[in-house]
Amino acid sequence: MKSKTSFIPQEGEAHPSRCPDNSAFKQQKLPAWKPQLTIATVLSSFFLIGAFCLSVGVCLILSTNSVREIQIDYSDKCSDCSKLRENSSNWNKECHCFVNFTLNEDILGDVFMYYGLQNFYQNHRRYVISRSDAQLLGRNVNIQKSYCAPFTTYQNGTPMAPCGAIANSMFNDTIHLFYNLNSSVIQVPLLKTGNSWWTDKNVKFRNPKSYNLSSAFAGTARPPYWQKPVYLLDEEDERNNGYVNDDFIIWMRVSAFATFRNLYRRVRRIRQFADGLPAGNYTFHISYSILSCYPRHSLTIR
Amino acid sequence: MSLFGLKFGKKKLKEEERQLQANNRDFNLQFEYANNSIKTSKYNFFTFLPLNLFEQFQRIANAYFLFLLILQLIPQISSLAWFTTVVPLVLVLAVSGVKDAIDDFNRHKSDKHVNNRPVQVLINGMLKDEKWMNIQVGDIIKLENNNFVTADLLLLSSSEPHSLTYIETAELDGETNLKVKQALTVTAELGEDLQKLTEFNGEVKCEAPNNKLDKFTGTLTLRGEKYALDNEKMLLRGCTIRNTEWCFGLVIYAGPDTKLMQNSGKTTFKRTSIDRLMNVLVLVIFAFLALMCLILAIGNGIWEYDKGYYFQVYLPWAEGVNSASYSGFLMFWSYVIILNTVVPISLYVSVEIIRLGNSFYIDWDRKMYYLLNNTPAQARTTTLNEELGQIKYIFSDKTGTLTQNIMCFNKCSINGKAYGDVYDMSGQRIEINENTEKVDFSYNHLADPKFAFYDHSLVEAVKLSDVPTHRFFRLLSLCHTVMPEEKKEGNLVYQAQSPDEGALVTAARNFGFVFRARTPETITVVEMGETKIYKLLAILDFNNVRKRMSVIVRSPEGDLTLYCKGADTILYELLHSSCDSLKEETTEHLNEFAGEGLRTLVVAYKNLDEGYFQDWIRRHHEASTALEGREDKLSELYEEIEKDLLLLGATAIEDKLQDGVPQTIETLAKANIKIWVLTGDKQETAMNIGYSCNLLNDDMEDVFIIEGSTSDDVLNELRNARKKMKPDSFLDSDEINIQFEKSSKPPKIIPDEQANGVYGLVITGHSLAYALEGNLELELVRTACMCKVVICCRVTPLQKAQVVELVKKYKKAVTLAIGDGANDVSMIKTAHIGVGISGQEGMQAVLSSDFSFAQFRYLQRLLLVHGRWSYIRMCKFLKYFFYKNFAFTLVHFWYGFFSGFSAQTVYDEWFITLYNLVYTSLPVLGMSLFDQDVDDRWSMLFPQLYVPGQQNLYFNKTVFVKCMLQGIYSSLILFFIPYGAMYNTIRSDGKAIADYQSFALMAQTCLLIVVSVQIGLDTSYWTVVNQFFIWGSLSVYFAITFTMYSDGMYLIFTASFPFVGTARNTLSQPNVWLAMFLSITLCVLPVVGFRFLKAQLKPTPTDKVLLKIKEAKKRPPPPSPKRRLRRTSTRRSGYAFSHQHGFGALIMSGRNMRPKSPFATTGTFSPNSDKYKHKGLY
Repeated sequence: MKSKTSFIPQEGEAHPSRCPDNSAFKQQKLPAWKPQLTIATVLSSFFLIGAFCLSVGVCLILSTNSVREIQIDYSDKCSDCSKLRENSSNWNKECHCFVNFTLNEDILGDVFMYYGLQNFYQNHRRYVISRSDAQLLGRNVNIQKSYCAPFTTYQNGTPMAPCGAIANSMFNDTIHLFYNLNSSVIQVPLLKTGNSWWTDKNVKFRNPKSYNLSSAFAGTARPPYWQKPVYLLDEEDERNNGYVNDDFIIWMRVSAFATFRNLYRRVRRIRQFADGLPAGNYTFHISYSILSCYPRHSLTIR
Repeated sequence: MSLFGLKFGKKKLKEEERQLQANNRDFNLQFEYANNSIKTSKYNFFTFLPLNLFEQFQRIANAYFLFLLILQLIPQISSLAWFTTVVPLVLVLAVSGVKDAIDDFNRHKSDKHVNNRPVQVLINGMLKDEKWMNIQVGDIIKLENNNFVTADLLLLSSSEPHSLTYIETAELDGETNLKVKQALTVTAELGEDLQKLTEFNGEVKCEAPNNKLDKFTGTLTLRGEKYALDNEKMLLRGCTIRNTEWCFGLVIYAGPDTKLMQNSGKTTFKRTSIDRLMNVLVLVIFAFLALMCLILAIGNGIWEYDKGYYFQVYLPWAEGVNSASYSGFLMFWSYVIILNTVVPISLYVSVEIIRLGNSFYIDWDRKMYYLLNNTPAQARTTTLNEELGQIKYIFSDKTGTLTQNIMCFNKCSINGKAYGDVYDMSGQRIEINENTEKVDFSYNHLADPKFAFYDHSLVEAVKLSDVPTHRFFRLLSLCHTVMPEEKKEGNLVYQAQSPDEGALVTAARNFGFVFRARTPETITVVEMGETKIYKLLAILDFNNVRKRMSVIVRSPEGDLTLYCKGADTILYELLHSSCDSLKEETTEHLNEFAGEGLRTLVVAYKNLDEGYFQDWIRRHHEASTALEGREDKLSELYEEIEKDLLLLGATAIEDKLQDGVPQTIETLAKANIKIWVLTGDKQETAMNIGYSCNLLNDDMEDVFIIEGSTSDDVLNELRNARKKMKPDSFLDSDEINIQFEKSSKPPKIIPDEQANGVYGLVITGHSLAYALEGNLELELVRTACMCKVVICCRVTPLQKAQVVELVKKYKKAVTLAIGDGANDVSMIKTAHIGVGISGQEGMQAVLSSDFSFAQFRYLQRLLLVHGRWSYIRMCKFLKYFFYKNFAFTLVHFWYGFFSGFSAQTVYDEWFITLYNLVYTSLPVLGMSLFDQDVDDRWSMLFPQLYVPGQQNLYFNKTVFVKCMLQGIYSSLILFFIPYGAMYNTIRSDGKAIADYQSFALMAQTCLLIVVSVQIGLDTSYWTVVNQFFIWGSLSVYFAITFTMYSDGMYLIFTASFPFVGTARNTLSQPNVWLAMFLSITLCVLPVVGFRFLKAQLKPTPTDKVLLKIKEAKKRPPPPSPKRRLRRTSTRRSGYAFSHQHGFGALIMSGRNMRPKSPFATTGTFSPNSDKYKHKGLY
């Protein structure tokens, strides 16, 4: 008779025990917190969250109501200019238009001026990548390797500075704001710097190093749609010229959606405007640019 | 193996007939028969890489990722960098490649071990040691005692008289009794004469290799004469030679052609049902993806036509794109790349890791470690864990799995007095355990030290020379067909045809009636120290009709006695009327024994009249030489003399169950698992075990026995059984019948049917063969699956596999097969999950199993604890994983409508790369490695918690759709809340914040927090590791984000990290955080509310059990259940006997007697001289 289970190993070193360790981890006995959905926890969390949302909501509504905002769509008001541009031979003719509006109340505090575009697909995948960050850092790089095409070089091989579709399509209407006070026209002083993120201004964008800006950009050409080269973006302020120009930086931070607003100018709080914009009649003076042909655009003051 | 066989099958035409000549390799080589090497490995050094890669890319997922990679390399459509796919893909391929390599290396090792076993081969007249693999068909080899049989051999000659050879076939069919094979007389003459053997040039013609273990036909042509060959002359590979010093055999089938290998079934790659479901789901997701991409592509076409056309001033179309529709076409593929993150490759990696981790828990479990043979449980396949939580059918072997295969003489009733139980002072019965005092047999130096008995009163009775007791044991020592073997003085080994008989003779031996030796005419018994030689006059052998056996002996004193033992039902009819009162008492004891699941025999005797006996023996001689109707005449004579017997008592043998088997079976039954016992053993034994381990019991309405021997009989029996269980299943209105009617071809899945009570079914292998054929298959499945318990007896290894296959085919259920021997291999391989009982002699079952452990009772822990946890963890993992990736990916879809369908991603490219790999992988892994809804104790106490797994409730298509909907909902929130919060928004300092990078950061932060909160909700068991993983992942996200968006990183890797400053500028804004809070609230609160309300208003049965547990937890934990299963069965046993004809004829013919045993008196026919020799010993 054969007994199948009578096999018992010899005791001792020859057969080290194969018994598993008795650790909490291996025996799945780790101490643990076992939360459960009880009536008390569920209801109290519901009420707490509800109360929080309600109070935040009330605060938000109150603070939003105190914001004064004026938005003016000037695509139609400058329709003459856009008609002019439709004939491409007129692309470099200057065109101006005027937009009047009235403030019924003072806008107190800091006043910001935004330009807004509608249906301008800054978030298109090929648009978003059409830039060379290394070039914008002032490095001497071969932009052929970037995604700038077709805005990389001219046919004669001169590279564009800055390259890419984003830079090329930069918003370059020039807008001035005038305050009509008792038939005298006062230009509202506007700040064109300090509008962008600190990191963008100081880290992400740098001009190429050279003794002056125009030599730094020697050997490059402006993007096709620009009227002047990059080193002439702001001739008055060295620190706002070239790649570090605030308007350029803001444009280069592409928007998440096709309808967006970018900060254009801030009102400098001096003289009459120390407290903000007083009520009254104002005029925008817009020098219309090539960009404006297709999307609708607006100006916002708040 | 199958691979090997296949290769050979292809190479040559299908073998019709095998032809070979002994000692003629040249002749045999022309047929290109396989040699004796076996190959289970798949690769070699050079083929590994191409073959393995080829196999890996056959998996849909891998091929898909390769396709994606190729897409990403095309610049026009590459919307994501190539490294997002290549890194994980290489990782996955490498890991599975290494695993396959290790597995195959182990297979090479085991093949090598088997192939290099030595065996003696006759070559050029010399015996040479050769390796197994070099054996060819037609070789003559020599095997010695206890050797494994090398190949399928034709037995030529052996050391034993009449060239008998004893073999053990446990590895082959699970039967542990010895079997006898006998060579042809013409070859037996060869003996061990090497000269003659070398000259032997017989030609064998036989059937082609097949898997029928019990059938062989062929002819041997020797010197122009033909001899028929049958299975009785074959030694099959897998058997072991026993009790035979040497034997010679001619190799007929070798290596892969042997019946063992042909029986081993196909090695199939096992996949879990979740795997299969996942494949389906992945396809569904692909379809869904394709639909989304199509929508977006069409959107892009329209957009390019309508708006993009004008926008070309600022953004000319890409090179080569000349129309809106072509742009749309490209965009389709770009979106395929972006949206593929719904099924990221990390899904597959994580699933493997989870299974691996849960497998380790099985290896580590101390509660599945068996101290006695130092065997821990082992998860040999690490890819099937969650399937353990879904088992619906268990197919179990009997011998060695349910039972220990140890027969114990446990109790007896002698002359109306029962022995075997132990009572304490107060008369209470004591539970017998290891500490109970054993009876001291030291008065008998021939006693077997392994024999244990606890009732001292029986020894007292023997010592007091109580006449019935002595007669009882004398009977046990005389009435049997056991062969003794005494290699060393006093060291007796009994070779019994059935272990029961061995147990009875061993019991008699220990009580002082030592059966020592036998010759064809005598039996030597040492009775209480005194050697007595009985003359054996006749053996009235056992057969299945008689169910009894008798011997007629003449004692040294000259008395003629007939001793008889047999099944109670039969023997009671033959008793003398004077024992009626004793009969009643004994019946009571028999009921008691049977109630405990013991196998009983009744023993009786009768003193014979000299004159009558002489007449009878003359007629017996005439009958046994009669040419016609010998059998009938003999049985008539037997019946004539076996009557008016005097009852002596009854024996009760325990077929020792493994520890805890009845409890395990009870628990598993509560978990709604159906248990089928498939055994090679005979019907009575199988049923008896069924009763003793509580599979069958008297509470059952009925136990059907299917034993028809024609197809029609079997059909009728099955139909009758079904009619009784569910009469309306024959009506036309029955659902399944309607289903049959409707479709012309047989249905694929048969739904479960409810019987009107608890039934059992017993089917014999013979009937099973019919039932597994053609149209009876369906009948069998319908009937058998309605029964709670099914027992199949006398089944072959292949039938075991067929039964499993049958259930797999027609039932949508997960099957598990458990066994310990080579005969279980095919069923272990066939079932969804194969479990091997380890720590025993044969290793084949373990080697082909998926899980192995030492004791059957560990099965309940494996299923109810490990299986259940693994299943729940895997389901939770999949639910969460699909959710999180839907929420993650679909945001891109919504964004498509706002970004000109340009395949612009919402998130930073790095976030997309790291999301699945770093940010969200660990918390969900932590959950799926540590989560427990209830701990192990409760899952064992409430087996009904197992049921949802069987019904596949936690992860199925509905659940998947729910996950998907939740994911879509979350993605809507996660897109539109940031959208609303960002649209035309400015910071409090007037600067812009609605830029793309801020939006991306906000959306991805929202998403990450939402999915982290969600995993927190799903985790019900927060260990330190979970806390660490969840909080750690969130902090790592912020740390990595701030690092990647830092000035330094930008200045060094300008092109890679364009998001410089975004984190600082955006995350410092309160409105961003408020928006995040809003989206988190909107994503999570509905889920919490829904779950809470569902558990309150519409609790599932599981919820109710969990509630019960929660309440029970408040009370002190109950003591672990230690109730003894009290059996109330009054059923009378399967009698303890072998299923074959006994050895009786063999013994009486003296053919198996050995003339040269040194101590025994056998073979020399001068009993008197021996008697004196032996007396001198004491």
